[in-house]
Amino acid sequence: MSDILDPVFLARLQFAFTVSAHIIFPAFTIGLGSYLAVLEGLWLLTKDDAYLRVFSYWKTIFAVVFGMGVVSGIVMSYQFGTNWSVFSDKTGPVLGPLMGYEVLTAFFLEAGFLGVMLFGLKRVGPKLHFFATLMVAFGTLFSAFWILAVNSWMQTPAGYGMNEVGQYVPEDWWAVIFNPSFPYRFVHMVLAAYLTTAFVVGGVGAWHLLRNARDRSARIMFSMAMWMALIVAPLQIFAGDQHGLNTLEHQPAKIAAIEGHYDTLKGVPLILFGWPDNAAAETLYKIEVPHLASLILTHSWDGEVKGLKAWPREDWPPSPVVFWSFRIMVALGFAMAAVGLWSGLQRLRRRLFESPWLLRAAVLMAPSGFLAVLAGWVTTEVGRQPWTVYGLLRTVDSVSPLAAPAVGSSLVAFFLVYLAVFGAGTVYVLRLMSKAPDSGIDDNIGPTRTAGITPAAAINPARTIYPLQDGR
Amino acid sequence: MELDLPLIWAAIIAVAVLAYVMLDGFDLGIGILFPMIRGEQNRDVAMNSVAPVWDGNETWLVLGGGGLFAVFPLAYATILPALYAPLIAMLIGLIFRGVSFEFRWRTQRGKHLWDWGFAGGSILAAFSQGVALGALVQGIEVVDRAYVGGWWDWLTPFSILTGIALLVGYVLLGATWLFMKTEGELRAFAGELVWSSGLSTLVLIGMVSIVTPFLHPDYLDRWFVWPNAGYSMIVPLLILIAVWLLYRGLKNGRDAQPFLAAQSLFVLCYAGIGISFYPYMVPHSVTIRDAAAPDESLYFLLVGAVVLVPIILIYTAHAYWVFRGKVDPDQGYH
Repeated sequence: MSDILDPVFLARLQFAFTVSAHIIFPAFTIGLGSYLAVLEGLWLLTKDDAYLRVFSYWKTIFAVVFGMGVVSGIVMSYQFGTNWSVFSDKTGPVLGPLMGYEVLTAFFLEAGFLGVMLFGLKRVGPKLHFFATLMVAFGTLFSAFWILAVNSWMQTPAGYGMNEVGQYVPEDWWAVIFNPSFPYRFVHMVLAAYLTTAFVVGGVGAWHLLRNARDRSARIMFSMAMWMALIVAPLQIFAGDQHGLNTLEHQPAKIAAIEGHYDTLKGVPLILFGWPDNAAAETLYKIEVPHLASLILTHSWDGEVKGLKAWPREDWPPSPVVFWSFRIMVALGFAMAAVGLWSGLQRLRRRLFESPWLLRAAVLMAPSGFLAVLAGWVTTEVGRQPWTVYGLLRTVDSVSPLAAPAVGSSLVAFFLVYLAVFGAGTVYVLRLMSKAPDSGIDDNIGPTRTAGITPAAAINPARTIYPLQDGR
Repeated sequence: MELDLPLIWAAIIAVAVLAYVMLDGFDLGIGILFPMIRGEQNRDVAMNSVAPVWDGNETWLVLGGGGLFAVFPLAYATILPALYAPLIAMLIGLIFRGVSFEFRWRTQRGKHLWDWGFAGGSILAAFSQGVALGALVQGIEVVDRAYVGGWWDWLTPFSILTGIALLVGYVLLGATWLFMKTEGELRAFAGELVWSSGLSTLVLIGMVSIVTPFLHPDYLDRWFVWPNAGYSMIVPLLILIAVWLLYRGLKNGRDAQPFLAAQSLFVLCYAGIGISFYPYMVPHSVTIRDAAAPDESLYFLLVGAVVLVPIILIYTAHAYWVFRGKVDPDQGYH
């Protein structure tokens, strides 16, 4: 009961809620930004208008999602100060400049070229427009670079000292930015964003192919997405494993919580399922595979793996949360790889577009990336507890001089506003996605049309391109 | 020569916030005056006139906030808790208006809802910014690197006055922008609005200026005691010139002159506030020097700012250039 009125708990809840709502949008726009650049590049290269149609289709969706990402992101940039002022004061000298660089290299770049990308094709011509699309794509990637450097420093701080007023101060910027967990986290997140986008695009393509297998744009979407699933999902599993080993090296308590291990043992079994109980200091109802945890984590049959009891109890992360969020993420990752493999087989058999069960599976998996991203972030962020800066600054010591009513009411306000605004936005995005990409022009593949009766207007580039640009 | 990094950064942050006020000011203004525009097509045109640039404009706010975190963490860590309620209100306002740019075109049935989301969000954001400014001018209590005032300290008659002043001032910026970017009926409407909002803005600037010096002895000293007052008084003189240019530009029906004159009015008022604040970063409790991060932080980000800000200005200017001239009502962006 006291939890509900505890301002620290409310501030954490507010941060968790606003950042979770936010990450959904960049997870999609980082991938979609790159996808749009590839599509426009293919259009310029091949002069095939089908790519421009797919580009225009996703550009509209990008605009809506990007807008939601911007406004939910501005909230984040102020939340550090309003609710976590002690954290801000202490880490500002180290983390502030990294965020400053994010604004200067990423936010301005995205915003400065977004207008041209959305509205400017006719005004600036295809080449400069392509440049704008590329800049938007790079902007989203730069943004990920800097914010993940910030987050990684909070997980594995490096290159800092402390000054006389108790602030962390930079001593080696290279070490601050390329702190031990950053390269792994950055790769893992960018791949996650690409996979998220691939499964959304693939799901939408599959949905329309189930209705009309001849829809050429839907075919392009589905085929490209399944290539991504086939190649990137296994890469992601590898990258995730590497990231896990890195965590074991630098945040072993997090791994112990993820694995549900309380005792330090050799030849440790992998707990597949169970209920880690921090109070009882054991994992209840567990189903395990002998020696597998040692094998995965130490690459040796009898390797020693530390359990949570190796650390003081006040340093334990809440194990049940990370135990389960991690398993959800991993399961989704393997499901994605499975869809990728399945699509590869069907492609070999030349039945990629005519496999109803594959298409249905792809539709079902469309939101899987978002769930995996959220589960992954819950794992790494809750696993960092009880610290904001791992091993240095405790969460309870990071908050503003907060009053529960102020935090509580702003939390309720954010909750209601997000529900209304992003709820509506989700409906609009789904509505855009339900529109068939090639409605009205679905007959331009296959042998049904002979060149002789093609109306001149249909092959005149000027006539076929411009209506699409207007109808973005 | 030793660079005075904190002072340089104070200037950069000040310019970033000014850029924000000037740029987002006019597109917030469009939002505020939106309900007064008659006819759906006119509203479409008004919104389209800022649709390609609003996001870039708002990024200056993130630079102001993020920059404060980076180079004046103590100011960031004390101002934000002190202005908690108005800042949260501003963020919520910005959410509603920001998404309206896209949402409004995604629904027929709900279009009028997002008209109101755009207007209501803009009004809330602008008013909250004005209130926050007023509360900042009144000063913020800091002890041991933490805000020690109450949760309602920001709410005073003065902060309400500055809230209204900024709200009306943004309408002036929005109206002059529309006057520049549109034709016919909409332009005529904008012209009318420039008169009324311009007059109201001047009255409100006068009221704020009269009250401010009595909020704190420092302000009184800066504005009414010789020799400081001698320099400070240049500001009101320049304001008179800006007002005259606004009046002439509007009377002669020039496109850009009223907009530029209104913008210079904002620059001058902002300079006035800057004169009052110096040398404080958080008025009357934390100076620029005390708030500053260590020189290594300031220097590291300064290198980036020196290289990147000019590039940002170039492509921002390019974006404005691409969408220059009158908005074509027939050229539906959506």
